[in-house]
Amino acid sequence: MDDAIVCQGLVKRYGSVTALDHLDLRVPQGSVFGFLGPNGAGKTTAIRLLTGLARASDGSARVAGYDVGHDSIPLRRRISYLDQQPHFYDWMRGRELLEFAGQLFGMHGAVLHRRVTEVLALTGIADAAERKVSGYSGGMRQRLGLAQALINQPDVLFLDEPVSSLDPAGRHDLLSIIDGLRNTTTVFMSSHILADIERVCDRVAIINQGRLVVEASVEELQARYALPIVVVQVEHADPAGLEALLERIRVQPWVSGVALDRDEIRVGIRDSADAGSELLRLLAESGVSVVRYEHVRPNLEDIFLRLVGGEATI
Amino acid sequence: MIGLNVLLTKELREQWRTLRLPIVAIIFFVVGLISPVLAKYTPEIIKHAGGNIQITVPVPTINDAIDQFIKNLGQVGPFAAILLAMGIVAREREHGTAAFVLSKPATRIAFLGAKFVALVVTLTVGVLAAGIAAYAYTTILFDPPRLTGFIACCVLLLLGIAVFVALTLLASTAIGSTLPAAGVGLGAYILMAIISAVPRLGQFTPLGLGDPAHALALGKSPPHLWTSLLASLIWIAMALVLSWLSFRHQEFGS
Repeated sequence: MDDAIVCQGLVKRYGSVTALDHLDLRVPQGSVFGFLGPNGAGKTTAIRLLTGLARASDGSARVAGYDVGHDSIPLRRRISYLDQQPHFYDWMRGRELLEFAGQLFGMHGAVLHRRVTEVLALTGIADAAERKVSGYSGGMRQRLGLAQALINQPDVLFLDEPVSSLDPAGRHDLLSIIDGLRNTTTVFMSSHILADIERVCDRVAIINQGRLVVEASVEELQARYALPIVVVQVEHADPAGLEALLERIRVQPWVSGVALDRDEIRVGIRDSADAGSELLRLLAESGVSVVRYEHVRPNLEDIFLRLVGGEATI
Repeated sequence: MIGLNVLLTKELREQWRTLRLPIVAIIFFVVGLISPVLAKYTPEIIKHAGGNIQITVPVPTINDAIDQFIKNLGQVGPFAAILLAMGIVAREREHGTAAFVLSKPATRIAFLGAKFVALVVTLTVGVLAAGIAAYAYTTILFDPPRLTGFIACCVLLLLGIAVFVALTLLASTAIGSTLPAAGVGLGAYILMAIISAVPRLGQFTPLGLGDPAHALALGKSPPHLWTSLLASLIWIAMALVLSWLSFRHQEFGS
C-alpha cells in the first residue's frame, strides 16, 4: 500500500529562523496519524506546507500521490484541512457555508444537498444548520470546521488541533468521528492533548524545534521507552518538604527523572533492582503521607516529556 | 480560473447580505438626485445669501447640471471604491477565511478576479442608480440630456471609479492590512487629482475621463476620449496583474 503522505527533507525557513528542519516522514494510507510537539515545534508549519498554503524552502513532499509544490489544484481536490481556529464567513448560515465548500469541490444539485445533510448529521450540528455562523459557539465552529473538511470525502484530512476548543463531551464526539474515518481516510492530526492522540492514533510523530524526534506506533513507543514508572500520590505535604523529597529522589542513580503533578509524583525508574526498596525508604524518611504507590506503564505523555525534555522530564 | 463562478456568486451574495450593495446604491442615488438640484438652486441660494449686495449669477443650464453630476460622482465614486476595496483581500487574510478558501480547489487568480468583478458590479449598480436619478432630475429641472450620450458619460465615470477599485485591491493584496490599503487608495486619488490638473498629463489619469464624459452627455465631440479610456484600462490591467503577482506566492494561515 502506498503511503498517503511522504516528506523528504522538508525545510521551512522564515528569515534566519528554521521552523521546520529536514522533516522526513511517511504516513500510511488509511491511518490516523498523530503529530505531536510543544508549542512552536513546527506542527502548524508542516501542515501548511503539506496543504499548499505555504511553500517549502527546501525538500519535497507528496500527499495523496501529488507533489505539493507542483500539483496544487489536483492535490487540493483530494485533501481537506481544518485550521486550529477555524474562520468562516460570519454572514453565511451553516448549511450555506457547507454548500459553498462543496461547490468549490465541483459538487452541485442533489449530490451536494445529500452530502451537506450527511456531514451536518455526522458532526451533530444539523439543528444549527440554518443559523448564521456568527452565532456559533467555539465548539460548534469546530464541528462546522470538521463538517466542511469532510464534505469532499478527502483521501487525506489535515486537522490542526481539532479538539482544542471543545468541552469533554464535544472532544469525545469528534474523536469518535475521527476514529470512524480510519481505513477510509488518512487523518493527519496535530494536538497537544496527548490523551486524545493516544486514544485515536495508530502512529505518532514527535517533533521538537522543527526536527523529527521519533516516529512510530504508540505501542512501539511504549515498548521502546518502557522504563517503568512509579506513581506516588501524597496528601497534606508541605511544599518545601515535597520539593526536598523530589530533589533527593532526583539525584538517585536509579532514577531517570521525576515529575510532580499536583499531589502526584511520577518517578522514572532506570534500575528496578535498587528502586523498590530505596524509593520506599526515601518516602518513609521524608515523612510525607502516601495514599497511593503504583507501578505503571509509561503513557504517551511520559514518553513525550522524556523525548522533548523540559523541567518535568522523567 | 478554477472556482471563479462559485467565488463570484459568493462575493455578490456577500455584497448584498452585508448591505454594501444596497448602501452604495442609496448613496449614489442621492448623489445623482442632488447634483441637478444643486446646479439649479445654488445660484439662487447665493443670490439670497448676499442680502442687499447685488450679485450677478448666470442662469444655470443643463451644462451646469452635468458638470455638477460628474464632479460629485467623481468624488463620491472613488471614495466608495476605496472603502469597499480596502479590506477585500486584507480582511480575508487577517480573519483566516482566505486560507479556508485557498485550501480548496480554487485558483488564486479566481479568488482575486471574483473580488474585483463583484466590486465593479456593486459600483455599477451605484452608478446606474445615480445615473437614473440625475437623468430624471436634469430632465425635470432643465432639458433632457441625450440618452445615449448620458449613458456613455456614466460608463466613463464607472471606468474611472474602477481604476480606484483596482489600485486599492492591489494595495489590499500587497500590504495585507486594511487601513494602510485605504491610505494607499486615498493617496492614489490625491496624486491622480494633482496630475489631472497638469495640462496634457491629466488625460492619462482616470479623472481625465471627466472631460469626455461631460462632452458626451451634452452631445458634443469628446476631447481625448480614446487616450483617457485606454489609459484607464491600462491602469486597471496593471493593478490587477500586480495584485496577482503579489498574491500568487503569498502564504496563508491564521
